[in-house]
Amino acid sequence: MTRVLVLAALLAVLLPAGPARAVNPDEMLADPVLEARARDISKELRCLVCQNQSIDDSDAGLAKDLRVLVRERLKAGDSDDQVVAFVVARYGDFVLLKPPVKGSTLVLWAGPAVVAGLGILAVVVFFRRRRAAPAAAAPLTAEERARLNKLLEGDAP
Amino acid sequence: MRSRLIYLLPLGLFGVLAVYFAVGLTRDPKIIPSALIDKPAPEFVLPPIAGGTGGGFSTADLKRGRVSVVNVFASWCVPCRAEHPQINRLAGMGIVPVYGLNYKDAPEEALAWLNALGDGYTAVGADASGRVGIDWGVYGVPETFIVDGTGRIRFKHVGPIVGDALEREILPLIRHLQGGGR
Repeated sequence: MTRVLVLAALLAVLLPAGPARAVNPDEMLADPVLEARARDISKELRCLVCQNQSIDDSDAGLAKDLRVLVRERLKAGDSDDQVVAFVVARYGDFVLLKPPVKGSTLVLWAGPAVVAGLGILAVVVFFRRRRAAPAAAAPLTAEERARLNKLLEGDAP
Repeated sequence: MRSRLIYLLPLGLFGVLAVYFAVGLTRDPKIIPSALIDKPAPEFVLPPIAGGTGGGFSTADLKRGRVSVVNVFASWCVPCRAEHPQINRLAGMGIVPVYGLNYKDAPEEALAWLNALGDGYTAVGADASGRVGIDWGVYGVPETFIVDGTGRIRFKHVGPIVGDALEREILPLIRHLQGGGR
């Protein structure tokens, strides 16, 4: 009973909190629509200091500078794509958490589908072949039957 | 014969994985190739460090037909301290102007740092906001760029220039570019 209560209390504390965000109130834009766009863009941009976090998540100084930069570009009237292109021009595709589909990333994007396709093909071929294989073996000859009977009776030679 | 070959499959897969790991694990994930290689240096004008005696520098200084080096540093950056003797040595050779980009630093601390460790820079520009650093694609100090005579970024070294990095990477490229190499 106490265990359940403790668990419930823990969940009550932890669940509504959600992941902590690094965005400070003073960075936020007054316009909620622009701010929402800034948040969406920030979630797609990698923090280059702590590479597996987005700039929206990261507390690094550079992430903060980039968050502010994204908001400035938006305020200046850039589209979302223009803002992203602005950052990519300086830091390369690596700054995108979701790599773009292009020649050099084709293996990355098509690889899993190709491997899964090959796997399915292998399974299909395997079962087809098994079904095509002769189901019943040739019947025993009279000589084999006689030897088998002898073995079963227990007086093998 | 056909069915026997399948037993070689795990060995083959292992081979492929081994090659991936051999290449992948010897790379430093912290080093990100610069998007600016062979692109013109960004347009900027940087003021000198406030209270200092030197002048700042700008894009125009990098387009004077000479190969130049731009070193991004800050007084709060520990590896910068480690590499600084090499930067001073390069500057002391007198073969290229070495510009310092003082990244997100407090002026008085930057000046004290340069006083203590020696200031071999041709000029130092103060990038207090870090905005010029972003234009250069700086993501961690120290970083060092080699810019050719036309103001085009040709090389970027991420991290401190220590050990034989100056002899191995920086000097050969400077000589190559100065010799009219493309």
